[in-house]
This record gives sequence, structure tokens and C-alpha cells, in this order.
Amino acid sequence: MKWQMPKKLFGLAAAGLVAGAGYLALPQKSEAQSGTIRIAYVDPLSGPMAGIGDAGLKNFQYILEEINAKGGANGKKLEIVPFDNKLNAQETIVQVQKAIDDGIRIITQGNGTAFAIAISEFVTKYNERNPGKEVIYLNYAAVDPILTNAKCSYWHFRWDANTEQKMAAITAFLKDRKDVKKMYLINQDYAFGQGVRDLALKMLKERRPDIEIVGNELHPLAKITDFAPYIAKIKASGADSVITGNWGSDIALLIKAAADAGLQVNFFTFYAGGTGGPTAIKQANLANRVFAVGEGFANIEHKASQDFEKGLRAKYKVGLFYPRGVNQMRMLAEAINKTKSEDPKKIAAALEGMKFEVFNGGQGEMRASDHQFMQPLYMASFGPLKAGQPFDEENTGWGWSIAGKVDPKDTDVPTTCKMNRPS
Amino acid sequence: MAELIIISTLNGVLYGMLLFLMASGLTLIFSMMGVLNFAHASFYMLGAFLGFQISQWAGFIPAIILAPIIAGGLGALIERYGLRTVHKHGHVAELLFTFGLAFIIEETIQMIWGKLAVDYRVPSFLDFSAFTVYATNYPAYKAFMLLFSIAIFVGLIFLLTRTRAGLIIQASLTHPNMVGMLGHNVPRVFMMVFGLGTSLAAIAGAIAGAAFVTQSNMAALLGPILFVVVVVGGLGSLWGAFVASLLIGLLQTFAIASDWSLSKFLGSSYTPASGTILYDVWTVTIAQIGPILPYLLLVLVLVFRPTGLFGTRDT
Repeated sequence: MKWQMPKKLFGLAAAGLVAGAGYLALPQKSEAQSGTIRIAYVDPLSGPMAGIGDAGLKNFQYILEEINAKGGANGKKLEIVPFDNKLNAQETIVQVQKAIDDGIRIITQGNGTAFAIAISEFVTKYNERNPGKEVIYLNYAAVDPILTNAKCSYWHFRWDANTEQKMAAITAFLKDRKDVKKMYLINQDYAFGQGVRDLALKMLKERRPDIEIVGNELHPLAKITDFAPYIAKIKASGADSVITGNWGSDIALLIKAAADAGLQVNFFTFYAGGTGGPTAIKQANLANRVFAVGEGFANIEHKASQDFEKGLRAKYKVGLFYPRGVNQMRMLAEAINKTKSEDPKKIAAALEGMKFEVFNGGQGEMRASDHQFMQPLYMASFGPLKAGQPFDEENTGWGWSIAGKVDPKDTDVPTTCKMNRPS
Repeated sequence: MAELIIISTLNGVLYGMLLFLMASGLTLIFSMMGVLNFAHASFYMLGAFLGFQISQWAGFIPAIILAPIIAGGLGALIERYGLRTVHKHGHVAELLFTFGLAFIIEETIQMIWGKLAVDYRVPSFLDFSAFTVYATNYPAYKAFMLLFSIAIFVGLIFLLTRTRAGLIIQASLTHPNMVGMLGHNVPRVFMMVFGLGTSLAAIAGAIAGAAFVTQSNMAALLGPILFVVVVVGGLGSLWGAFVASLLIGLLQTFAIASDWSLSKFLGSSYTPASGTILYDVWTVTIAQIGPILPYLLLVLVLVFRPTGLFGTRDT
């Protein structure tokens, strides 16, 4: 009896300490319980790619406003919280950690495969070490196949079609374009750009062996302010078409330089629709010669998505660059509603294999084996608006028209992912 | 091929002249104070943003005239009330001062104009193609930039070698005490040179900003290459800066235009297995290593000719 007292006291003291620690952690907890579910948006909001990061943030703000207006998730509102990763891998992890410290357990990021891999690995490790406090990573735009193959993670979900799927769509489209004879490849010199180049070489060889590759260029990411020397080289090569995975300022400046030099070739791109791209295409007078591959475009005849587009443009003066972002957030809300829980572990389980009617119409599915979203893809070309097309881009009077559609079965590339599922 | 060479030469000379506008100011300031001005590229950026703002209010022509004047005035004030005080504490303090100044300018610009690129455009009266080389258009604005920077270069040479003010500046650079004894206000000369140097950088910014991208990281992109120019040219040498600017401009442009790699040079007699480091070395093109060539040049110059091409004192 006598020596049990200290034990009790010790227990009390321990309880007190725990309570104290809990009290210290209280500000975070109270925020988490205050009726909003917060999602950290970790992307460049300064530097050369800030234009893309900023437009993406506005896209997501509107997407969440729309979901919240319909009742949100689990009766709570969704909120996006911006974190600037300065297009730097180290800073990306610092910002993700900051978000987690702040009590946020859902991370979204898209710009830059290198940073996406860093987040995916960080989140996976964090979840191993902190059971019960799992964090989920929703990837809306980092498209290196490695994220759903060799480096796949249970906590990573990708809504964008990966490089392999996009290139499959481009080369499927090129099959019928017999006017394309000499191809020039120009890409950013890092994992993603090199991936685009390698896949282009491989798939063109399979589907259009007659196309001659007259140039194969890699340039530094987000460092070139004047692409004129590259354009001179493309011109000298005699190319009639260019394939590029460039994004952000690298695609806008590339086409701007083409405009200045009067280069008239076809551009088969991943991201010509990004900030500054449409203005440059109009300036270059490349009517219907610049193509982009994507999961949705404003002028697709589909009422629900066109209404959404109208609302976004009226409010934020930008077009929807991320239809996949709508799919992502709507599916997140559905997963939360279905599980009646904000626990990322339950959300992840609900997302896996989820079938969903995508933003621009058609069936999509979050493939369970590698967490790659399978969806219809479109090839669109940019030119003067046709009758009945409501949306132009960047006030150019030109807009995107659908030039081809690729069904999910045609981009159903196999995966090598061996996923470690939490027990 | 001829087309590629002509266009690359034009592009390279233009890039070189822009580099020179900035490097000339930097090298003048160095010869005067013996300290590299880390904030120099920031005045280039400031010139671009001022140019953008004034062009919004008053049009392009006032912009390229007023932006350098404002930036130069600001530079002179910074020299008068900042650097001159710090000067007493030696070179390290001066260096740290300009280092801090670069951050202050960058943050201030971000506060005023934001972190996104601003919409600074080529004026419509210069937005056409000036001439055509074979089938490539050369934009009128680039021709304007080229002529404008050459005019400034000629004006600068005239100012420094043919006018009384220029003679006093030159004398102050090498023999400040003697010039002071002769009754000239040497500190005021220094202030004017600092103002002139920063306004030259601002001119470059005001005209280049419209052609390229005006955003708050443009100083960071350009800063390192400026130091390469002044070191390669020889610290304090205006002619050296001119030659080195053109050299680096042409070097970078022609590197991009070239597709040479070891594998092409040596033929296909030997090909390392794909995926190894050796394979990467074998197949990397000069175009890919183009961005690091100036720094390679920097290292070589420091090893073999520490005074730079035209310099007289050791770096």
C-alpha cells in the first residue's frame, strides 16, 4: 500500500504530462475540428514557374468553392492552403513538413516530377514512422511513369495521365498524320523531359517508323529566357513538326521565340495550354498547328463542365487548366463522405479502385494496382473559334478544338508497381 | 547552314551587347572601389520593372529614358549615403553591403510588383519583323535592341575618352589622390560613376525586359554570368568587358546550335553500354553543356591568365 502511492503519483504525473502535451498541441487540434478540412497545396508560387502555380491555386480554390457550395465533405468545408516550394526539392520537403506540423494531412502537388518523387518518398516514410497520423499525397500533374511503377507508393494517387499514356495518345494521333515526316524533339533536361524524349523515340519507332528524327534537344529547366538559338536550330534541321513536353514558361517562351522567327511547324505538346502559351500561339499565327494532349478542354460539348468553366472564368479570370483537379477533389470529397471520416488511411482505401464519372464526361477509374487514374484523353488543336465554341483563351479569340479522342483502353499501359499496403 | 550561322551570330551578338551594358557598369564600379557590386544585376531587374511601370503610364519611349535615370539616381544616392559610409570599414563590409542590397531590392520588387512575371511587352510600333535571313524573320525589336546597345557603347567610349568629364573619371580610377589634389571632388566623381554604372544596367533591363521575361528572379538568373564576364575580360577593363561579353554571348549561342558530342567526334568505333555514366559522357552534346561553358571559361582564365584577357591587375 505504502509503495503503491508513488506509482499512482507517477501515473498522475504522466497523465499530467500527456495532458500538457495535448494542451500544447491544442491549437492544431482545434483548427482541425473547426469545421474545415484543409489541403496543403505545395507548388511554385515564386520564380519562373510561379505563373503556373498561381493559376493552379485559383483553379483549386474555385473547385473547392463549388464542392463546398454543394455541402462540402462530411458536412465540413474543404480549404486549400498554399505553400511555396520555390521549385526546389529541399524546400518542397520543408514545406510539406510545415504543412504536417500545422495539422494538415492531405497534400497536393503537381509541378515537377523530381519534387513529386521527394514528397511521395517523404510521405511514405512519415506514415511508416507515425502510424495513426498518416498523410495522403494527391498528385494532380507530376507525370513521370516512375511514380506509379518502380517508385509507387500506397499513399500516392495520380489523377493526371502519365507520360507514357500521353505519348501513347500523341503517337496514336500521329498514325493518321502522314504529312508529318521530320520530327524535332525538344525537352527540359531533367527526369521528366528525358522521359518524354525516350518515350517519343520508342513509340514513334513502333507506330510511325517512317518519321525521321531530325533533332533531339534537352535544355535547362526554367533557365532560358530567349529560345531564339534553339528555334534557329530547329529551322536549320528542316523539321516539319516538334514534340515537346515543356511546361510553364518553357513552353510559352519556346513558342514566343518561334513566333518572332516566323517558324511554321506543327507542335505536338503536353502543356501548350499553360499560362502564356495561347498568347504566344496566336502571335506566331500557328492556327491549328499547335496540339495539346489532355483529359479535358473547355470547348468539349458537355453542359456540366461548360457551366463550371463559365463560373470559374467569371470569378477568377482564368480558364480551367486542371480538369483532373476537379476529378481529384470531387473524388476526395466522395471518399470522405463515403467513409464518414477524414482519416487519410480510410480515404486512401476508399480512393483505391474508385470508379468515377469524370469532369468532361465518361468513365474513369483509380487503378488499384498502381493508383494511376485511367480516363479518356483528348488531342486538341488551337485556332480561331468555330461556330458554337464558347471559350477562347487569354482573350486571343482563339480556342481549343478537339482533334481526336483516345479511350482509356488505348492508354492502358502496364505497370510494374509492387505496392506495399499497410496492414 | 549559312542561315544557322547568320542567325546564331545575330542572336549571340545581341546577347553579348546586353551583357556588355551590364558588365561595363560593373567593371567601372570595380575599378573605382575595388569591390564587386553584388547588387548590380538587381539594378538590371529594377530597370526592367521601372520600364514596365512607366510604359504602362506614359508609353515605351519615356520608359526607356526615365527608368535608367530613376535607377541611376537611386544608385547614386545609395553610393552617397550607404556605400561611402561603409567604405571606411574596408572591402568586406562593402561586399556584404552590396550583398544585402541585392536581397533588399529583390524583396522590394516582389512587394510592389509581386512574384509573377509582369506583362511587359514589346511596343506595337516595333512589333514586326525587320528583315528576313533566308526564311527566318528577325524581329524589329531585337534589331532595335542591338542598335540601341551599340549606340550606348559608342556613347560610353566617347564619354570616357573624348570628354573632360571622362578624363577626370579615368584619372580618378587610377590616381584618386592626385585628382583630389588638383581640386576635383573625387567622392562626387565616384558617386556619379556608381550612378552611371547602375543606370547602364537599368537600360539593359528596360529594353531586355520587354523582349524576354520581367520577373523577380531575373537578377538571380543573370548575376553569375556577369561576374564571369568581368573576370574573363579583366577586372576594371572596359574593352575587356566588351570582348568578353561578345565572346560569351557567341559561345553560348553557338554551343546551342552545335550538336557535337564525343560519340560523333570519335565515330561509332566504340559505344559504351547505355545507362552507364560513360554513355552519358559519350553522348552529351555541346548544346546540353552550353550553359556551363562560360563557367568553364572562367576557371580556365583564372588558372592560365589570372588578370583576365585585358586586365592589368590580378583577380
